[in-house]
Amino acid sequence: MTNVAETSALLPYSEAVADYDPVIGLEVHVELSTASKMFCACSTVFGAAPNTQVCPICLGLPGSLPVANKAAVDSTIKIGLALNCSIAEWCRFARKNYFYPDMPKNYQISQYDEPLCTDGWLDVDVDTQDGPRTFRVGIERVHLEEDTGKTLHIGGATGRIHGADYSLVDYNRAGIPLVEIVTKPVPGTGELAPEVARAYVTELREICRTLGVSDVRMEQGSLRCDANVSLAPLGASEWGKRTETKNVNSLRSIERAVRYEIERQAGILAAGGRVVQETRHWHEETGVTTPGRSKEEAQDYRYFPDPDLVPLAPSREWVEGLRASLPELPAARRKRLTKEWALSPRDMDALVNAGALDSVEATVAAGAPPAEARKWWLGELARHANETATEVSALPIGPADVARVVELVAQGRLNDQLARQVIEGVLAGDGSPDEVVAARGLAVVSDDSALGEAVDEAISANPEIAEKVRTGKIAAAGALVGAVMKATRGQADAARVRELIFDRLGVSG
Amino acid sequence: VIGVTDLTRLSASEIASAIASGEVSAVEVAQVHLDRIAAVDESVHAFLYVDREGALAAARAVDARRARGERLGSLAGVPLALKDVFTQRGVPTTCGSRILEGWRPPFDSTVVGRLRDAGVVILGKTNMDEFAMGSSTENSAYGPTHNPWNLGRIPGGSSGGSSAAVSSYEAPLGIGTDTGGSIRQPAAVTGVVGVKPTYGGVSRYGLVAFSSSLDQAGPLARSVLDAALLHEVIAGHDPLDSTSIDAPVPPVVEAARITDVTGLRIGVVKELSGEGYQAGVEQRFREAVELLAKLGADVIEVSCPHFVYALPAYYLIAPSECSSNLARFDGMRYGLRVGDDGTRSTEEVMALTREAGFGPEVKRRIMLGTYALSSGYYDAYYGQAQKVRTLITRDFDRAFESVDVLVSPTTPTTAFTIGERVDDPMAMYLADLCTIPANLAGNAAMSVPCGLAPEDGLPVGLQIMAPTLADERVYRVGAAVEAALGDAWGHPLLEEAPSL
Repeated sequence: MTNVAETSALLPYSEAVADYDPVIGLEVHVELSTASKMFCACSTVFGAAPNTQVCPICLGLPGSLPVANKAAVDSTIKIGLALNCSIAEWCRFARKNYFYPDMPKNYQISQYDEPLCTDGWLDVDVDTQDGPRTFRVGIERVHLEEDTGKTLHIGGATGRIHGADYSLVDYNRAGIPLVEIVTKPVPGTGELAPEVARAYVTELREICRTLGVSDVRMEQGSLRCDANVSLAPLGASEWGKRTETKNVNSLRSIERAVRYEIERQAGILAAGGRVVQETRHWHEETGVTTPGRSKEEAQDYRYFPDPDLVPLAPSREWVEGLRASLPELPAARRKRLTKEWALSPRDMDALVNAGALDSVEATVAAGAPPAEARKWWLGELARHANETATEVSALPIGPADVARVVELVAQGRLNDQLARQVIEGVLAGDGSPDEVVAARGLAVVSDDSALGEAVDEAISANPEIAEKVRTGKIAAAGALVGAVMKATRGQADAARVRELIFDRLGVSG
Repeated sequence: VIGVTDLTRLSASEIASAIASGEVSAVEVAQVHLDRIAAVDESVHAFLYVDREGALAAARAVDARRARGERLGSLAGVPLALKDVFTQRGVPTTCGSRILEGWRPPFDSTVVGRLRDAGVVILGKTNMDEFAMGSSTENSAYGPTHNPWNLGRIPGGSSGGSSAAVSSYEAPLGIGTDTGGSIRQPAAVTGVVGVKPTYGGVSRYGLVAFSSSLDQAGPLARSVLDAALLHEVIAGHDPLDSTSIDAPVPPVVEAARITDVTGLRIGVVKELSGEGYQAGVEQRFREAVELLAKLGADVIEVSCPHFVYALPAYYLIAPSECSSNLARFDGMRYGLRVGDDGTRSTEEVMALTREAGFGPEVKRRIMLGTYALSSGYYDAYYGQAQKVRTLITRDFDRAFESVDVLVSPTTPTTAFTIGERVDDPMAMYLADLCTIPANLAGNAAMSVPCGLAPEDGLPVGLQIMAPTLADERVYRVGAAVEAALGDAWGHPLLEEAPSL
């Protein structure tokens, strides 16, 4: 019998969401950026040579014992508080038992029926044609566990353990604190399901970054996401069978993977098939998901409370102390700045998406008007970051530099063109804006005697244009201004040049 | 002390003071014990590994410290037999299992670190039931240990190597671990003193786990005072073990020097006697209780109704934890690896390694525990056993409202014959009937010799149990019994053992 589930054609997205209602759920793992691992003193720095950040404890050597890292517990509670969760007054670590070579003990210390944080929510905004829409994503639980090692399977077709010639294991990652954040099922997103999924992870990432608890770098695996999707015919009273798609490792992939699963499952259902409840793998290059473990092979993890660890019992004072220490959260901050800077929600989105919000805020704090700060960071600097494949915040120019350039323009000492040259100089490492101005002799020339000669030359070199201006075609003057600017290497005060041209040609601007 | 021809007959405290005063050197003491091991261990088989060079180096260090005029600790230079379940840097650690054959740990257990700091000379690693699962040392992959009282009998288990080493004068001190009685039962059947401290009293860091919530390291010695001196050295809070108690070590040495029990309230546990108990064991136990009354203690009978469920609860909790604790032995990172011929999958190699590396009792308990933790069975087995554990703890709490210590025989019988119970796990499990409740509740307990059973001439142990963190009480009562019986017999019990 052919497997309908793997042979049905995809249903085009618009048809899929016209006939079926998706329910999504997201499971996000965040590696905490604590100095040491979850249960030992080893470093957590990313990128060290394999198996150099290990000790008897994170290698699970016989006799070794775990001791919980308090900083990791603090970080988890902070995430829970930021997601409006209740914090357990008493909870335990549990062992999740299964055999796999990347797990030194063949069990993972995790949490099971007693998570540290439960029952919260996060509001996320999605941009639609009718303006922004807010969706409330319920948070089921936030718990703390240890990461596993990393395996590299050599040989074989799939890059997975089955069929590999041999496997290499790096235990540097084993024991790094990992927070798992699980949403409740999110119904009612309709065709916006992929965007809601992406917006949720984006917002969660912003929150973790703001809390300073994680690097949240998806490309390095410090934020990893699994996406659950199920479909039910529109108006059905029960939800459909869900799949859990793993290995979704960029924000764009989340959107794509959810969209793909909706199309795939809709294709199966439309062909009269049944969706199999299973784990699937996302393939970034081909943009498809393929089946992993099915439910039949599902493991019995034999969870039980870890007898090596004492229960976690965060006192109310401890929790309230952490709550009081929370920084302003991203949503509140965006709301505040949108108002302070008189932006539209879409303007704010553009800033956030460019990763420029921090830089703009700091530039404003350094004295620049918000509009000017936004203009530079979203324009010239975003373009430069894009070209050099860096993040805006990592450019070799600071908010104070940008604020100074804005100030020089406002004082009339630079025009836009000169300002761009100053910025380029700073980016090139030539010093502060003032140093670049001095070194390159960049300054607006508005002295009539210096400009007059250039204006006369421009007029005599372009008699036809001059004639047009003389006969009233004022707009033609732009070409003459341009010629003067070119001759003065952009240093002329363009407004004064224009006045001089009209003067010479006997017309009034 | 000068003039004693055989240094192996001295107590640990006598050895320590002889070294401190310069009467003998630590190297001399180590050497005579190494010689004793060479002479008798072929018949006893207490040791799996004798660390001759390490022991002599440690002894030389003590002598050098003394020569420099440094103050030596209470056990500096005293030799010790270490159960092979503790990691000791660079020294083979097998846990009595094939699966760890050849593994040399890269780190010291906390117990070993404290022994080193105290100048104790570790002679080597002693035999044990594989991963501490057993009551006879017959479950060792490296062959059984023999009881010095009768080489055809078991020395108890799982710490049978340490109990045999101490009772055969191969070492004045031994370290064991006690998960369900594995220090007290071997001590009882070899006629020595063994103590399971309060759970959390001695760090488990570097103790290869059998059942984490029950395992506890403790001393074996030929006298109550020696046991107390060793207890004091190894006990105390350890930040590397989160279950280690952050409280001062109970004043055990002071208590071991008090031989007065006047006014102490002693409870006899009603449930720990009767059917299944050897007549000579019950007789010596009754006599010990009468002796305590004569010494001025108030003796009353106490009921602990849930103790009868201790054994079944233990055989769910301990196997459950062991099924998880022993999962790491898979041939991937250390120890034995079987079947890695380039054609087999990781899972096949793991399975073949475990098949070949674990003995039948370990496999039995892994399977029991895997089943007890399985989804759908957890509540009925593991969950239920944890409730029983709570009830047993409450029995203790209630009893200790009216008495200071509880007493019982340590074991229902004296040492049985090697081979007698190997095919009958249930009979083997009954050896720990009296000792298991203290493990489940976590409180302190001691076995102290109380005579020989008339019918077989083998040692009988008196078990003394105290509330958690009141370890000093077992020493106080044990020292009183030891002193009174020593007076009555005119010599320590062990002198009645046949010389090897």
